[in-house]
Amino acid sequence: MNTPATTNQPTDQPTDQPGITLGPVGIPWRPRALAVTVVALIVLAGLIVAGTAAGSASLSPADVVRTLLGNGTYPQHLIVFDLRLPRILTGVLVGICLGTAGALTQTFTNNPLATPDVIGVTAGASTGAVAAILVGGGSYAVSDAVLGSGIPVAATIGALTASALVYGLGWRDGIDSYRLILVGIGVSSVLTALTSYLLVRAQITDATRAAAWLVGSLSGTSWTSLTPLAVVTAVAAPLAVACSAPLAVAQLGDETATGVGLAVQRHRLLVIALAVLLTGAAVAAAGPVGFVAFVVPQIALRTTAASRPPILLSGLLGACLVTAADLAARTAFPYQVPVGLLTTLVGAPYLIWLLVRHRKEIAR
Amino acid sequence: MPPASSPPTRTPHHPAALTTLAALTLLALAAIAASLMFGSSRLGPGQVITTLLHPSDPTTSELHAIVYGVRIPRTVLGIVVGTCLGLAGALMQGHTRNPLADPGLFGVSAGAGLAVVIGVYLLGVTGSSLDVLFALAGALTASTAVFAVTAAGSATASPVPLALAGTAVSALLDALTSFIVLSDRDALNAYRLWVTGSLSGRELTITWSVLPFALAGLLLALLNSRALDNLSLGTDMAQGLGENVIRARITGLAAITLLTAAATAAAGPIGFAGLVVPHLARATVGTSHRHVLPACALLGTTLVLTADVIGRLIGGMGEIEVGIVLAVIGGPFFIAVARRKSLAAL
Repeated sequence: MNTPATTNQPTDQPTDQPGITLGPVGIPWRPRALAVTVVALIVLAGLIVAGTAAGSASLSPADVVRTLLGNGTYPQHLIVFDLRLPRILTGVLVGICLGTAGALTQTFTNNPLATPDVIGVTAGASTGAVAAILVGGGSYAVSDAVLGSGIPVAATIGALTASALVYGLGWRDGIDSYRLILVGIGVSSVLTALTSYLLVRAQITDATRAAAWLVGSLSGTSWTSLTPLAVVTAVAAPLAVACSAPLAVAQLGDETATGVGLAVQRHRLLVIALAVLLTGAAVAAAGPVGFVAFVVPQIALRTTAASRPPILLSGLLGACLVTAADLAARTAFPYQVPVGLLTTLVGAPYLIWLLVRHRKEIAR
Repeated sequence: MPPASSPPTRTPHHPAALTTLAALTLLALAAIAASLMFGSSRLGPGQVITTLLHPSDPTTSELHAIVYGVRIPRTVLGIVVGTCLGLAGALMQGHTRNPLADPGLFGVSAGAGLAVVIGVYLLGVTGSSLDVLFALAGALTASTAVFAVTAAGSATASPVPLALAGTAVSALLDALTSFIVLSDRDALNAYRLWVTGSLSGRELTITWSVLPFALAGLLLALLNSRALDNLSLGTDMAQGLGENVIRARITGLAAITLLTAAATAAAGPIGFAGLVVPHLARATVGTSHRHVLPACALLGTTLVLTADVIGRLIGGMGEIEVGIVLAVIGGPFFIAVARRKSLAAL
């Protein structure tokens, strides 16, 4: 097989491109990437307003903007700040986390298969969370307490444990992306089997709740559940963007990267730690929202014609995707559909279409 | 991968490989014996043999009920499922030259799952052999979709797009399944029991109804073995050796679809057997598919039955489903293989 293990298409990058420099880190901006990023920001702002406006008590976009600026009526204030905004913002942050995490893992493994879903992070988080749901099952009071604090903690522990396991077992004189994927598949399958075991043993009410959570849902979010997610995003997302330049160097291959002075293995550990943190936070807040980490970096890659998924744009597009999907999930169906279902229904066909198109390009 | 002791094509059977296959046969027979003996009531080998030799002896009516009513249907199903999954995994890995290839990764299980849920939700079909027809239709549709996606554009199949296509189709079908399941509790209840993968509670009629598909797949797989060896030298070399590459691919894909559809329809999606068994087979008999495929059938049977027996023994009152046991013992093994070997494409 002559095709390299990536769908990234190397493109010529002029050396005199415009860019911004933050300390030692230079982020090159090509006009197309900049344009797409600006469009993504505008779309995201529109989606936030539209998402806040839509619902059983619908507001006009103007009402929403007025309320956000502090000039709304009391009921409007209540609806916007207590009911809608936590959910919208959770969606935005979940999207940023998943998109960024996916861009990180896909780039540093140089392999579009290596998303947090494949390398065990999501499976670990899911097993932890389902265990928490089922342990707390039965009485409502216990379940609510567990839903409040147990799930985020259990999901994060699960994500950390699984990724530490994958990284530790995948280590052999360094990390190889195919070995990482293989080990990730092994660990994920064991964890998925454990999750199924828990679901089969559970009472049907708890199983229903766990199954809904396993698809990824933004219902039941609050300012309380938003806070840890916001903190993680605020810390990890900028760090991830700062990783952009070393990631580009690392992509040239271990020998070259070591040659220009990058501590390759330590850098990879940092990147995977960031990816785990971002994924864990997202899964803890909303469940494993499917396909965002997988498909968003690929969209970012193709819309910018870059050589690797742009990290900042991946985060923004992730936020757009999750927010738009949640808006549709709340309004377009007779019952509230979990958001993860829609991201997958959008993401999977898009990936299939990309694959068909990509292969036609190869054949030409 | 141990180096092939001889060029992979047109050579006589290697005596060492034949010896190994004989040993694997004994192993499979031992697993079959264990499957007949162990369970909630443990039978001695003598009791099993007596019951088998004297099916109408009135003094063994209770034994008769256990052996003929429970153990034999379950064991036969295990043999069919193990053989199918082992062969399907070998064909997938051989044709794609991708060590990640697996029935699950190609979305076949997901397609079967969706079809079963549609049957339960829309048509109220439960616990009958109609389930099997639904699962077969779903599996066939899903595998056709994946192969269509990967075949669109060009004939060269590189491992990553192939795996991505499988993942994408899988995720899409799982999402559609969730869409139905989450709105209907009965469907969820049926699905969560089916999706784990189990050999228990399946009547012999289900096995009989998938058997024609399994046998057709088996036949196509064996017909495909020499072509696979030629293809492993590269498409150009295979063509140079006079291989009709397109025909070989179509035969392979048909076999894979039939085998995985039969196994999934009969026992639910059982992961890991199709992934692990070919690795084990190549480690024991070398890389020639004339030896790998029989070894996969034997090792698949051994692995699935052994996992099932373990699930019966350690589960206590409620036994543990074979799909879960396979994942738990297959996972660490698979990780060990992944760590030991060079991970280049096959």
